[in-house]
Amino acid sequence: MSDDIRQQVRVIVAEQAMIEVSEVSPESTMEDLGLDSLGLVEIVFAIEEEFGVSVPYNANEPNSEEFDISTIKAVEDGVIKLVAEKV
Amino acid sequence: MSALGIGYDAHVAALREGRSGIGQIELIETDGLNIAIAAEAKGYVATEHFNRNELTLRDRVTQMALTAAGEAVTASGIEISDELAMRTATVIGTSMGGQHTQDDNYRLIYRDGKQRVHPFTVPKLMANAPASWISMEHGLKGPAWSVSTACASSNHAIGQAFHMIRSGMADAAVTGGAESGLTYGVLKAWEGLRVMSKDTCRPFSKTRTGMVQGEGAAILVLEDLETAKARGANILGEIVGFGMTADANDIVQPSLDGAARAMSAALSDAQINVSEIAYINAHGTATAANDKTECAAIRDVFGDHADRLMVSSTKSMHGHCIGAAGALEMVATLSALGSGIVPPTVNFEEPDPDCDLDVVPNEAREADIPCAVSNSFAFGGLNAVLVARRFDG
Repeated sequence: MSDDIRQQVRVIVAEQAMIEVSEVSPESTMEDLGLDSLGLVEIVFAIEEEFGVSVPYNANEPNSEEFDISTIKAVEDGVIKLVAEKV
Repeated sequence: MSALGIGYDAHVAALREGRSGIGQIELIETDGLNIAIAAEAKGYVATEHFNRNELTLRDRVTQMALTAAGEAVTASGIEISDELAMRTATVIGTSMGGQHTQDDNYRLIYRDGKQRVHPFTVPKLMANAPASWISMEHGLKGPAWSVSTACASSNHAIGQAFHMIRSGMADAAVTGGAESGLTYGVLKAWEGLRVMSKDTCRPFSKTRTGMVQGEGAAILVLEDLETAKARGANILGEIVGFGMTADANDIVQPSLDGAARAMSAALSDAQINVSEIAYINAHGTATAANDKTECAAIRDVFGDHADRLMVSSTKSMHGHCIGAAGALEMVATLSALGSGIVPPTVNFEEPDPDCDLDVVPNEAREADIPCAVSNSFAFGGLNAVLVARRFDG
């Protein structure tokens, strides 16, 4: 289940970054993948639509501890948590 | 008119008290909204200003524009003769036009499955409706148009009206801006951008959490200084400079260079020295991107004098009124010039090292203000800056 979520998040990120899914590694940062704040906002939107969750992300506080976006793994962990909380 | 009250006196009194008009939205159903706060003009009751037939043709944005214009024309004491009517311009900023009309009617056809909308939907929602209604109501027959540059709309409008009078293209102008976009669709759109605050608007504060939408209108009557003096008008202040630039950079991220060039252009147009400026009414949206860039741009333009400036954001009180923002802030600026009382940046909690200017936190301040600047920097990188001078008689 959680592996599926990780894969789906990587697909979303890859699509936004216009790269292959295989190029998205857990350690990648948004910056590594060439994603700016607008790209990130679009990823958050796509995640919310895909998983039916609400991501507590505010572009004014990108480093807020509410939702960690420091690496792809952190985003995946956050989404897994949000999906678990939903049920 | 704004969340701070209806009329000049109410608006200015709230600015001096440092009273914020931000609160829970009551105008529309908020079920389904993640962010349900705004600076809503709760003191405005449409039926106190317009009858049923008038409301059928006037969206809320037009109602607000007309209400403000009525007060402005009366307070100015200007008499629009047949001759002056031909020489009076109407230049009104609005970013989004009749959003309540659009939202209500989209809901009818897309959600409720209705087959038809009200026959006056087009004239109510068109963005030039506020300008057209003001010209009709006051019989102003000179150049009239609307200006739409998002958050800079009304600064662009006032600036163009000012230049028209200075160049002799018009003898008088009714100018400013109006916005009423607190609709479900518009608020959802802003939510999507992830720059909205859930608590309140805290410009320049390290603890800022984003912007808060507002609504309102502010209208000014402009004329040549000598003409105004000769007829004994109640002169609020003198607009002396206007500068506008484009960032040519990014559709949402502001640029230091574009903002700084707009301020420099306005100061140059005003033909005054930077040391004469005592106060800046900042764009101050309380987004991290704006506040840091704006403070850096002010330092860039003013150099050492930046440390002697007072810089406040009245959006902390009347919210971000988008197309009306510049006009409401010019009213705040003129009131500061006339009274020597600088409106504060309220909701301020903690200094941000990236905004290390005197932001007049939380309490209004008495000061000698010979000249002031009012900044507007729009999404899309369109910047408009006005400079005003105190009228000393």
